[in-house]
Amino acid sequence: MADIPVQAFTPVTTEHRHFRAVLIGISVFFMVILLFAPLATIFATALSDGWKAAAEGISSPDALSAIRLTLTVAAIAVPLNIIFGIAAAWAIAKFDFRGKAFLITLIDLPFSVSPVVAGLALVLLFGSHGAFGTWLIAHDLKIVFAFPGILLATLFITFPFVARELIPVMIEQGRAEEEAALTLGASGWRVFRSVTLPNIRWALLYGVLLANARAMGEFGAVAVISGKIRGETTTMPIMIEMLYNEYLSVAAFSLASLLAALALVTLALKSLLEWRFAGQLAATRRH
Amino acid sequence: MKAIAIRSPSPLPGFGLSFGIMLTLLSIIVLLPLAALLGRGLTIGPVELWGMINSRRVWTALALSFRSALIASLFNLVLGLLLAWVLVRYRFWGRKLMDAAIDLPFALPTAVAGIALTTLYAPNGPFGQAFGALGVKIAYSELGIWLALIFIGLPFVTRTVQPVIEEIDRECEEVSATLGGSRAYTLRRVVLPMLTPALLTGFALALARSVGEYGSVIFIAGNLPYQTEIAPLLIVIRLEEYNYDAATAIGIAMLAISFAMLLIINAIQVWSRRRIGNG
Repeated sequence: MADIPVQAFTPVTTEHRHFRAVLIGISVFFMVILLFAPLATIFATALSDGWKAAAEGISSPDALSAIRLTLTVAAIAVPLNIIFGIAAAWAIAKFDFRGKAFLITLIDLPFSVSPVVAGLALVLLFGSHGAFGTWLIAHDLKIVFAFPGILLATLFITFPFVARELIPVMIEQGRAEEEAALTLGASGWRVFRSVTLPNIRWALLYGVLLANARAMGEFGAVAVISGKIRGETTTMPIMIEMLYNEYLSVAAFSLASLLAALALVTLALKSLLEWRFAGQLAATRRH
Repeated sequence: MKAIAIRSPSPLPGFGLSFGIMLTLLSIIVLLPLAALLGRGLTIGPVELWGMINSRRVWTALALSFRSALIASLFNLVLGLLLAWVLVRYRFWGRKLMDAAIDLPFALPTAVAGIALTTLYAPNGPFGQAFGALGVKIAYSELGIWLALIFIGLPFVTRTVQPVIEEIDRECEEVSATLGGSRAYTLRRVVLPMLTPALLTGFALALARSVGEYGSVIFIAGNLPYQTEIAPLLIVIRLEEYNYDAATAIGIAMLAISFAMLLIINAIQVWSRRRIGNG
């Protein structure tokens, strides 16, 4: 065996060595110019005038209020998403009823609607000329160009994330374990807490990670409905746009680098989940 | 409740509660706003609606949005397949890092991606200068829109095809080779058909996402009317002029065209599943 030169041997189920090298080369090239270089640019531009300028960029009163607003929106939108996701997955995966496929299509709807159209739809519903406009004005409630509008836009955009992750996992797990727990005398709530939840926790966390990243970063829908009132309705992405358009690129990129850091943490946690709990996630399995 | 009457019996509790929560939130957050959009369209009336859509500026913007999305998604179809194949089948240094980084466009806010790509590919940016020397202008031209949409749609194809490649039985490829098929023939006639349904799904997802994309595009596009003005931007411009009817008209046109495209892709998928067998 030792006489056969190792390099000359190509198994029938792979490509020629040179061809492999070319394919890897092309992949690395596009990954660098499309993903790694833009990522590096964010941090490099933020730090182009030194650490002090970057720190000033994210500690100005406007920036701080934008950070606060973004965190508040995510802190409300993500839990609501979890409640919806669990409710939807429980109803869809554990019961059989007519119109299920249609319902899943409806849940997926926000994926195929442009964020700008979503924002427009909310303005038409809650704006002063909208369907609820006169009623809202009469009761002195402000939704468009205010916090509730930003929250609704974020909810619309992130709506399917948790549900889409949980539904396939819960369908695959079936209902035998829950039925066994019921037979043994557990209450419905107890069944959910001690049987279902441990089975879906990693899939839930996975969905939450994606929903949170999208909630903090949503731009199109929020831009339409926020009214961009400085210090009041500017979320971090909106603030970044305003600073960038004012040619304050260090300030814009230092705020952007916070969101980029969040993206990196999200990716790291996501990869960790995929490597350790691949069997319990929907994304890493065949569709 | 009507839904209970048409569902099969089950000993598990909580159907009413979970179904109720789901339907309430779905209606308030998603269905009601979309109904408001369509309702507004109905009150305006089809003739008026068509009159507002049928202008050169709107048609140019719609055509640009759908053309760019189609081109970017076709590019991602090829690149996504290549990346998925390389990541699953080959072993090389940095593979796990690349695998994790593919999802960056899902995690990075679109506005952040937009300003980063613009800085890099603007005429005075590092990549922009290099392409400028070759006579190619990327930022502030239609190419810039393609670039932003390629970025946004990159993970979709890779992530739908990857698990399918992992599950391919290598014996199929060995059989093909034993019967005298060259490697290229095996890839084209044995492997590719197995991947087609997943490829189409990924393509459809990327297309749906990039047609409506706004955040990453507006920074790099230049936003010149009749040239680099995408349809979502035109909606924003109409809204800033408080011209809600015109914004509604463009919004409904976008919904209608996306819907038609997804129907066509769905039909192709059904056809390819039937032709190839299991998807």
